[in-house]
Amino acid sequence: MKASGDMTCRELVDLVTNYLEGALPRAERVRFEEPLAYCPGCIDYLDQIGTTIALLGRLSEEDMPRETELAFLDAFRRWKAG
Amino acid sequence: MVRGAIAGPDTPSFVASADDIRLVETLRAGDERAFTSLVNELYSSLLRVAMIYVGSRAVAEEVVQETWVGVLHGIDRFEGRSSLRTWIFRILTNTAKTRAEREGRSIPFSALAGEGDERESAVDPDRFLGPDHPTWAGHWAAYPMSWSEVPEQRLLSKEVRALIEDAVEALPARQRIVIRLRDIEGFSSEEARTILGLSEANQRVLLHRARSKVRGALERYLAQEQI
Repeated sequence: MKASGDMTCRELVDLVTNYLEGALPRAERVRFEEPLAYCPGCIDYLDQIGTTIALLGRLSEEDMPRETELAFLDAFRRWKAG
Repeated sequence: MVRGAIAGPDTPSFVASADDIRLVETLRAGDERAFTSLVNELYSSLLRVAMIYVGSRAVAEEVVQETWVGVLHGIDRFEGRSSLRTWIFRILTNTAKTRAEREGRSIPFSALAGEGDERESAVDPDRFLGPDHPTWAGHWAAYPMSWSEVPEQRLLSKEVRALIEDAVEALPARQRIVIRLRDIEGFSSEEARTILGLSEANQRVLLHRARSKVRGALERYLAQEQI
């Protein structure tokens, strides 16, 4: 793997998470950001990852059944009573 | 606001906040309402994470219950060196691990549970021009489609949500638990590492593979739909 020169699209998709996690050394970060100025494929790819993360964050939660809540409350009262 | 919402750097939610400390005081004082509301808030997250370790929902429910008993009995020892949520999840994963061991299940985070040590590409290598291409080796052979044309209501549909849930379920356990903590439950990298006992690099690799696969599933679905 070359350490300098233009970053290829193939390289970029493998470094996306390192980039987003702030784990790329400075020089690598600069290389990563260069194609984002001109490569429509890489721009869309990064956008897709962002959308994926946002959609993951919206996955529905389920409500706790009432009897479970009562069981927890029971445990709490027993703990309180020591 | 869904599209392209790239998360910024991790917010320092690592150490207990003033709210956490206050809540712990309230719990120590035996406030039932504070307890019920916390239990409700974390119920579904705790259950989902427990299920990754123990496999069955019934056992996971017991693990969550045991976790709360552990939380109550340990609350006097809570020192605020992590957020309350992180501390509770650590109790959960320890409880779940013990339970899984007792039942003879292999545990996703035992030292050498080595799934996915081989190299794995985020995107099928065939989508890029080969190394023999005179000028554009390693560049997209065809650009990925732009999702900016997809209506937001489509992205937020039940169908897409179910697709994402299925894609997460299909991941290997270690990738599933990392993407769940990070992207679904919103834990910071530091919190997730504390809960799971993973190195930063290790966690990043698992998160990367998981996100890449979920993106791929979404891409296949949206592309097929456009035809």
